[in-house]
Amino acid sequence: MKILTGNDLASGDVVWWTGSEWSRHVDDAVDAGDHAEAILAAEEAARRVNASYAISATRDGASVRPAHIKERIRALGPTVRLDLTLKPADPAAGNWVI
Amino acid sequence: MYKYDNYDQAMVDARVAEFRDQTARRMAGDLTEDQFKPLRLKNGLYLQLHAYMLRVAVPYGTLSGAQMRMLGRIADKYDRGYGHFTTRQNIQYNWIKLAEAPDILADLATVEMHAIQTSGNCIRNISSDHYAGATADELVDPRPYAELLRQWSSFHPEFDYLPRKFKIAVIASETDRAAMKLHDIGIRIVMNESGELGAAFYVGGGMGRTPMIAPLVRGFVPLDQLIHYSEACLRVYNRYGRRDNKYKARIKILVHELGLAEYTRQVEEEFAHMSALGLEPPTAELARIAEMFADPPFEAGLADEVDRSDPDFAVWLDQNTHPHKQPCYAIATISLKPLGGIPGDASAEQIALMADLAEQYSFDECRVTHAQNIVLPHIRKADLYAVWQALDAAGLATANLDLVSDIIACPGLDYCSLANARSIPVAQKIAQRFSDLGRQRELGELKLKISGCINACGHHHAGHIGVLGVDRKGTENYQLLLGGSEGADTSLGKITGPGFDEDGIVDAIEKVTDVYLARRDTGERFLDTYRRIGVEPFKEAIYG
Repeated sequence: MKILTGNDLASGDVVWWTGSEWSRHVDDAVDAGDHAEAILAAEEAARRVNASYAISATRDGASVRPAHIKERIRALGPTVRLDLTLKPADPAAGNWVI
Repeated sequence: MYKYDNYDQAMVDARVAEFRDQTARRMAGDLTEDQFKPLRLKNGLYLQLHAYMLRVAVPYGTLSGAQMRMLGRIADKYDRGYGHFTTRQNIQYNWIKLAEAPDILADLATVEMHAIQTSGNCIRNISSDHYAGATADELVDPRPYAELLRQWSSFHPEFDYLPRKFKIAVIASETDRAAMKLHDIGIRIVMNESGELGAAFYVGGGMGRTPMIAPLVRGFVPLDQLIHYSEACLRVYNRYGRRDNKYKARIKILVHELGLAEYTRQVEEEFAHMSALGLEPPTAELARIAEMFADPPFEAGLADEVDRSDPDFAVWLDQNTHPHKQPCYAIATISLKPLGGIPGDASAEQIALMADLAEQYSFDECRVTHAQNIVLPHIRKADLYAVWQALDAAGLATANLDLVSDIIACPGLDYCSLANARSIPVAQKIAQRFSDLGRQRELGELKLKISGCINACGHHHAGHIGVLGVDRKGTENYQLLLGGSEGADTSLGKITGPGFDEDGIVDAIEKVTDVYLARRDTGERFLDTYRRIGVEPFKEAIYG
């Protein structure tokens, strides 16, 4: 599947396109299919997101896993500071990245 | 230390106001990102992997206690409680909100700091010897010359859109502690046979994807011609540097392709032209700057002996202090490489403590080193134990300066959008493998440097042992380099062969150190043994 990502204009947070808005959680991402370019153009024009682009990912049940390690690190946060990631209570969260 | 005059302060304040307006227009949607991006980069604000990142300039790595304290406050108030000291002697914050960036710059301006020219194709922060003004092996304090160059290069309209970024280092001793020959321009203050001071210019060095050691372009430039000659070097580059290909746009490529003789000829021609124009700053200005770098009021007749009865303190004393030019004083380095830590990171509380110690014990001064540590340059030997106790209580007393765990590591793929592989976890695993301090000290001086991509922010080319992270079909892979050095004996490391995974690179490094221990002669550092026996015994151990 193709999912869309970028950084929130104000906070700089990594965000993912949910079909109607942007979420910080990659599991909320939806398949943009053939509409990726049109959505990205509209969202950039609306000044809601910066540096947006489409990436490959797979869905397994409720989980979405970006294909490339860089995007998995973007989705989680720095693997060397799990306390600053989206899963600070999970000591094994870094394993998802690798 | 240099103190802003009214012009300096007015320039920085004006830039803060300008950026506040630009940011408000971006937030309101009046500027597109394409319009805003070059404006924010002019103020050191990047968009990195997880958030905005702000890079703050620390000219030649020198900070007052108040400046250091402000860096800690910013970490606490605007970031997530820490900052990252970099190999450019700067500090970076990783979690900045766009709307708060102008407030940060305003806070920095209150302590004579800014983030100007920490990005973009301009002359970046001038770096220098972190022991400047304190070590006995220097001819003079190089920082007045670095400051003069900083003033000349700040907002210089001719050099605001160079073919690529441009880095200058200034040192004044034969012992190169600033990787001088790996800069676009490296300047060493020298003395001629008549006892006059001048500047030796090395031009066209650098790391990155095409590492080169800067060749000597002129061995002696009179110091009252320092700016003219620098300008001549830049003008030739600005005229002919490759703007069509960013990978060939650094001055090292120009010097290499033109050839040293032709580049030098053109610089000399330009220098003659510049000299006729008489644009060199008045010597009175250099004298005004130099006055601000006068020695602090050192005391005489102090105790020179240090009580070594605390064994942990004694180890730190041996490993992390350096002789001072003034009797009864010492230079102390605070390692930001604790076991399990992130190289170069310091918490807001630790930064505040280092500010306190600088004020209380080091004539209100500290330094950022390109090896991502902090120096307290002027400590009375009688105060060393008290300083160490305070550092130890804050987790800042790791006694590993220049040992295998004193690793330079770039932020890597954990933070950097350019990286191909993570650097920090590899640094942590290596430090863990060699966690026994006695084993580290047995290995002696061993500079290990890790970069997460070919851009080489972690200086892997210059490591006695270097590690380069690459992306191999979506998987992190690490190449091993041996034989690099950044000192007076600058050399570039060579790749040993096929790369390794994260655990494999740690094993390979351990095998390399085993070869060194088995083959070293008396008194040889790792680098000395490598240079004597060559790479083959190491490759045999690694690859079998």
